[in-house]
Amino acid sequence: MTSTSSAGRVPAGLLDTEAIRKDFPVLDRLVHDGKKLVYLDNAATSQKPRQVLDTLNEYYERHNANVHRGVHVLAEEATALYEGARDKVAAFINAPSRDEVIFTKNASESLNLVANMLGWADEPYRVDSDTEIVITEMEHHSNIVPWQLLSQRTGAKLKWFGLTDDGRLDLSDIEQIITEKTKIVSFVLVSNILGTVNPVEAIVRRAQDVGALVLIDASQAAPHMVLDVQALGADFVAFTGHKMLGPTGIGVLWGRQELLEDLPPFLGGGEMIETVSMHSSTYAPAPHKFEAGTPPIAQAVGLGAAVDYLSAIGMDRIAAHEHALTEYAVGRLLEVPSLRIIGPTTAEDRGAAISFTLGDIHPHDVGQVLDEQGIAVRVGHHCARPVCLRYGIPATTRASFYLYSTPAEVDALVEGLEQVRNFFG
Amino acid sequence: MYQEVILDHYKHPHGRGLRDGQAEVHHVNPTCGDEITLRVRMDGSVIGDVSYEGQGCSISQASASVLNDLLVGKDLAEAQKIQETFLELMQSKGRIEPDDAMEEVLEDAVAFAGVSKYPARVKCALLSWMAWKDATAQALSEPSGSADASGGKTA
Repeated sequence: MTSTSSAGRVPAGLLDTEAIRKDFPVLDRLVHDGKKLVYLDNAATSQKPRQVLDTLNEYYERHNANVHRGVHVLAEEATALYEGARDKVAAFINAPSRDEVIFTKNASESLNLVANMLGWADEPYRVDSDTEIVITEMEHHSNIVPWQLLSQRTGAKLKWFGLTDDGRLDLSDIEQIITEKTKIVSFVLVSNILGTVNPVEAIVRRAQDVGALVLIDASQAAPHMVLDVQALGADFVAFTGHKMLGPTGIGVLWGRQELLEDLPPFLGGGEMIETVSMHSSTYAPAPHKFEAGTPPIAQAVGLGAAVDYLSAIGMDRIAAHEHALTEYAVGRLLEVPSLRIIGPTTAEDRGAAISFTLGDIHPHDVGQVLDEQGIAVRVGHHCARPVCLRYGIPATTRASFYLYSTPAEVDALVEGLEQVRNFFG
Repeated sequence: MYQEVILDHYKHPHGRGLRDGQAEVHHVNPTCGDEITLRVRMDGSVIGDVSYEGQGCSISQASASVLNDLLVGKDLAEAQKIQETFLELMQSKGRIEPDDAMEEVLEDAVAFAGVSKYPARVKCALLSWMAWKDATAQALSEPSGSADASGGKTA
């Protein structure tokens, strides 16, 4: 352990962040006339290690070609790299089969893909006016709007779990919400705004009892903890690459193989077909059935490198680091006068994204004054406006940590907030 | 960017509260959740009142206060010129250094020149001005004397 903290006891279980940070060139940046960058916006996107950047460069400099088409050497190399990335992701999430890993452009596309599969599906999966869709009040807009669209287009009823005052799902009426009519339950594993880690088992068990499918949005989980799709027991799991050290433009949808065989494609085009005539077509088996057109090849290869990087450190160690840091950060933030954490106020069942309000100072003003000190946080409703409505606030400031974050950065945030209070107080 | 003038208007807003008007609009800035409800009362071609309620950052709220100071009592044509000058300043990406002529027109509003360097905040500064433009257009298209639907309660 090399990180030091001036203001509090250094928590146990931290990673060697000094060594890790050497892999992330951007973390050395100075901003606003020489201020050290303190990057606490990891829930929005992570920074990228040199290993990922080098992989992207090398792909374009040495192997670039379209995949699954040519017979020349570059096409074969590009295909092997792209499909190799699929193998790496499949291993990373403990998928029973590599063919269950569909590459998309981001988690939103993964979630929309499932909504569209179900809208066009035959029985028993079909979502129609006699059926119900279940989500939660703490979803990112990307796991709300696709279901509103599906509900509007099919007449299916959209229902959701509410939230408790301390930022957790209210499952007290689970039997009224998930019923025999429910076709799909879609919920977030770790909330991007509240930080809450949700109780998967209770929801999956109820869904399975009534024969509903389960989709888990793991966008804020895959980067931070061991993600084992078999242990989760869900039918689909969606996440994105850029929050887990990978490039933008690459996402993942994992789905159980028999479902992927049964469900219809959504986007049509090259690569997803078996044969095409002017009258009709037959489709390639999954995952290609769901990957129409030239995929994000370099981005998938970059995600593979990110998965290698994370796995070499160990997702369990990363989770332990973030847990220790979150515990420290929650404690220090609660010392700041007039600061209110929106979400769980302990580190239990909690991820490393911490939202808060500071008196009646608007988050935009908080973020701007922090930025002047080199501290990057996210402000606004975090694409989860219903959560802000639920807690009666217009917006929050959110600090979110990752494997390279340090207690010293938590201290910088706390000192920065003191300056905000002095400025607007 | 946080000039003393801006902080003053934020902490002590001028003309805040909803009063009678011929038109009411509600504008939001979806990126940050700033909101404003704004009413315009025209007395012939003169701006009789611009009243507002809102929540949001210091920039959006101070800007509404400055707007009220600048536009109430002005003839519509002059107010439109002020609005256009403010818009030009805010869209300048920090390239316009307000001169005496601009300061003559914009008064306290020149303090927002620094905000124009921050693309994410320009919308905050413009929120009330866009709401005013919208409400004024509606007020002018209303038959004269028609009362605002929500009854013009005073906050």
